[in-house]
Order: sequence, then C-alpha cells, then structure tokens
Amino acid sequence: MALQVFHRTRILRSRIHSSWMTFALVFSLLLPVILGIGLYLKSASLLQEYSIWEILFSSKWKPLSGQFGMLPFIISSLWVTMIALLVAGPVCLLSAIHLTQYAKPIVLRIMHPVIDILAGIPSVIYGVWGVLVIVPFTADVIGPIFHKSITGYSILSGGIVLAVMIIPFILNILIEVFRTIPEELTEVTLSLGATRWMVVKHVLIKKAFPGIVSAFSLGLSRAFGETIAVLMVVGNVTHIPTGALQPGYPLPALIANNYGEMLSVPMYDSALMLAAFVLLVIVIMFNIVSRWMIHRLEKNI
Amino acid sequence: MNILKLRKAEELIFRIIMFLATTVIILALCMIIYSILHKGLPSVSWSMISQLPKGGFYFGKEGGILNAILGSVYLASGATLLAFVLGLPVSLYINIHLHKRKKLVNGIRFMLDVMWGIPSIVYGAFGFSVMLFFGMRSSLLAGMLTVTLFILPIMIRAIDEIVKTVPSGLLEATLSLGSTKSETAYRVYFRQCISGITTALLLSFGRAIGDAASVLFTTGYTDNLPTSLAKPTATLPLAIFFQLSSPIEEVKARAYASAVILTVIILIISIISRITSRKYQKNKIK
Repeated sequence: MALQVFHRTRILRSRIHSSWMTFALVFSLLLPVILGIGLYLKSASLLQEYSIWEILFSSKWKPLSGQFGMLPFIISSLWVTMIALLVAGPVCLLSAIHLTQYAKPIVLRIMHPVIDILAGIPSVIYGVWGVLVIVPFTADVIGPIFHKSITGYSILSGGIVLAVMIIPFILNILIEVFRTIPEELTEVTLSLGATRWMVVKHVLIKKAFPGIVSAFSLGLSRAFGETIAVLMVVGNVTHIPTGALQPGYPLPALIANNYGEMLSVPMYDSALMLAAFVLLVIVIMFNIVSRWMIHRLEKNI
Repeated sequence: MNILKLRKAEELIFRIIMFLATTVIILALCMIIYSILHKGLPSVSWSMISQLPKGGFYFGKEGGILNAILGSVYLASGATLLAFVLGLPVSLYINIHLHKRKKLVNGIRFMLDVMWGIPSIVYGAFGFSVMLFFGMRSSLLAGMLTVTLFILPIMIRAIDEIVKTVPSGLLEATLSLGSTKSETAYRVYFRQCISGITTALLLSFGRAIGDAASVLFTTGYTDNLPTSLAKPTATLPLAIFFQLSSPIEEVKARAYASAVILTVIILIISIISRITSRKYQKNKIK
C-alpha cells in the first residue's frame, strides 16, 4: 500500500515537472513572437496615419510637428555598422586563420580567455573606453590628416568601438567554422606539395566561404543593435551623414535617448516602438539567414 | 626555383600579418582594461562603495554609489534566478524528453540562437510598452522581468551545451532502472552538469549586471536603496552613463571610478567561472 502511494507520488511529480518543462519551452520559443506582436501593436497608431515607406524613407524628423522620417537614423546605422565590419572583419579572419592553422596550442589557450573577457565586458564600459581613448584619437590624429577640426564624436569613433565589441563574437564563429573543415582536405593538398598558405588560400577559404559570410553578417546584426556604447561616442546629431568624420545618430541610440520625453508628444512613443520593431525584424532576418547558412555548411562537410 | 621562393615570401608576409591581427586583439583588451583602471582607480575610494549619494552629489559633493551597486546586484540576481527557473527545465527537456527527436531539437536550438541575437534595447522597449499597458511605474520588478527575458536564451543555450555532452548511455541506464524522465533529469543529469550550470549562471549574471539598454526604460533611477520590488532602482551601468554625461569634472571622475567597479565585478565573475569549470570537471562520469 505504502509502495503504491510512493509510486503514485513519483508519477505525479514527474507529470508536474514535465508540464512545467513544456510550458517553459513553449514560452521561450514564443518570446520573439510576443516581442514582435507587442511592438507592432504599439506602433500601429503611427502606421495608421502614415505608410511604412513614408516613415522609412523620409528624412524629416520633427516629432513636435508630427513628422517621423527615420532615414537619417537608418543611414547612420548603416554607416556605423559598415565601418565596424570593415575594421573587425579582416582582423578576425586573419586571426582565425592564424589560430586554427598556424598557432601553437598554447596561443589558443591564451586567446580563449581573451575572447571570453572581451565578450563579457559590458557595453557601457566600451562606451567609457571610447570616450577616453577613441574619441580623442579621432579628434587629434584622424581629423588633422583630413585637415578638419572635429570633436571626435563621430561615426568613425562609433564604428571603431563597435568593431572591438563584435571582434570576439565574429572570431568565435570563425574558429568554429574553420574547425568544421576536415583535416584530410588540408593534408591532401599539403601532400601534393602546396605550402600552408596555398592550402589556406585555395582550399580553406573557398570551403569555408559561406561560413565566413555568415559570421560577418552575424557580427553585422550584432553591431546593428548595439546601443549604449555607440550612443556615447557617435555624437547624436539628426542629419543624413555623408562622411565618416561627421556625427551620426543610429536607430538604437534614437530609441534610448528619447524615452523620457516621448510620452508627452503625441505619436512619439509609437514612432520609437516602430523603430524597435524595425530593429527586431532586421536583426531576426539577418540571424535566420546566416545561422541557416552555417548550419548547412556543417551538414554538408 | 624562383616561384618557390616567391611562395615562401608570400607565406611569410601573410604569417606576419596574421600574427599581428591576433596581437591587435590581445592588445585591444589590455588597452581597454588599462585605460579604465588608469583613469578610474585614483577616484575609487571606500566611501564611494559604502555610501549613498548625499546632497549635492551630482555637483561633485560627497557620497557614493552604493545604491547603484546594490540595485544592480539585486536586479541581476533576481533575473538570473528567474531565468534559471525557466531555463534549466527547457535545456533538460530538449536533451532528455526530446532525446530521440533530433530534428525538432535542432530547430529549437536554431530558434534560441536567433533569439540570442535580439538586441537588448528591443527587450527594453518591449518591457516598457508592457509596463505602460499594465499601468506599472518603472520599478525593480519591471527591470528584473525585462532582463530575465533578455538573458533567457543565453541561459538555455549555455546549459544546453553542457547537458548535450552527457553520454546517452546514462539516460538509458537510469530509465532501465525504472526512474522517471524527470528524476533522470533533475537527479542524474543535473548533478552531472553542475559545474557547467554554475558557469552558465555566472555568464548570465554577468550579462544581466552589465546591460544598460534593457534597464534604461524599465528600472528608472533613484538615490535611495532598493527596498521593494515595486520601487525604482539605480543600476551600475546607468550610474556610469548618467555621471559621464555631466559637465562637472568630479562627477565625471566618479563615472570612471564606477566603471572600474563594474569592470572588476565582470573580471571576478569570469575568473570564478574559469575556476569552477575546472574544479568539478574531475567528478564527472565520461
């Protein structure tokens, strides 16, 4: 009798655990959908007044007179992320090849904590570092090269800070990608008399190409959503930037900077929620495509 | 013969460039830590850590940032706990209950990886609009819930990476001895992975304590100690952010000092997680 009760409680407990587990799983997977719906509903009132294209491709941002053109912010975001990728991409690619093909195991053992710590540093710390080092650097070193006197709070500073922030992220994925390329492939080429570098150039890069592209685009999407660090160094001036030394005003910075005053102006909160929604959609799309490419690469080799 | 020399030279040049690329990354980390410590350490003092902001604090008068330190610790601990309660079952479930359904599990992992990429400002904006919907004011609780959502995918995937490595023989053995799946999950798998789970907890805690964009909307800012879940709370990243934007030098210096405190917390977390993941490794059945 006692044993029966014991078993019954065990089964009951198992059922309770299982249903909690199922709930947690469903909840976690629905999270992006809930996020999307929530932000969309908040921005719906703006979308009733204007069409989405009107908002995305108009350059007039005057919330007080009801004009919500987001083009300056979108262009700024593109500038900053492209510069970040231009700086971080080559560095990561070269370093990943070095670490997986040439370096001794000890170098990799040093690099692992370096990557982890770089990835773990909060973005506000990157922002402080940007203000302390990168902003004066652009003002005092880069500016004079182009014969311009600038404050240093510019798209270039934002791009450089972002580049350092996405380096650990891209590097990690690239190392994984190069690891999936089978050893035999490189060994065969080596045995035919090729140098290591020829193997890298003609075999490794070609084989891993989709993986490299995806790693870069994942880094790009990460840079696209970065807020605080960029906000602190990029200058935040509403205009369409035409050069890297000008200040910019990326989309996440726009959201973060205006949350205080947005409730008093009609439609302002809808506009900012729409900005967040646009950010969410772009980042998710980038992520799905590039993760899928990496997944395919791992399966095919 | 000449072409061989050319190839060797090309290889040498590229090896040097590649080596430089790796060095640049290491140097960047050193430079970040050096510049933060160099600028901030002179302003770090005991009163800074142990006191609340006093009158005229934001004009450079006396006081400290205990409110922000405690606020951040409360916020991050609460969020990590909530994310753990939701996240651990998910990672166990997809590795034990869904053990045979490889395709489904891969799909779930894919989704979680995609969610990892969602920027924290989006979570912040979402948390803010939900807060308004329910008529809540900015508070510790609202911030905690928002940060929970933000670190949930990180928590699940980090634990999942560890649970994945448990040999499936263990699952078969325990099930054949008559244990239920949830007993296997919590009594066998959980203990097997305890070190990895600690690392995952620390990783999520680090993310939670360092993120500013998700709490910017939701927790507000106050000079008082956090006494209730329903009240607004100061956080360390925002303390740095707000103080740095001040034109007064003393306040700026305090921002640098706060940055040192946050950096040291993050470094300690990362060192502890390295130690724990080594220490428990030897008790594991392989």
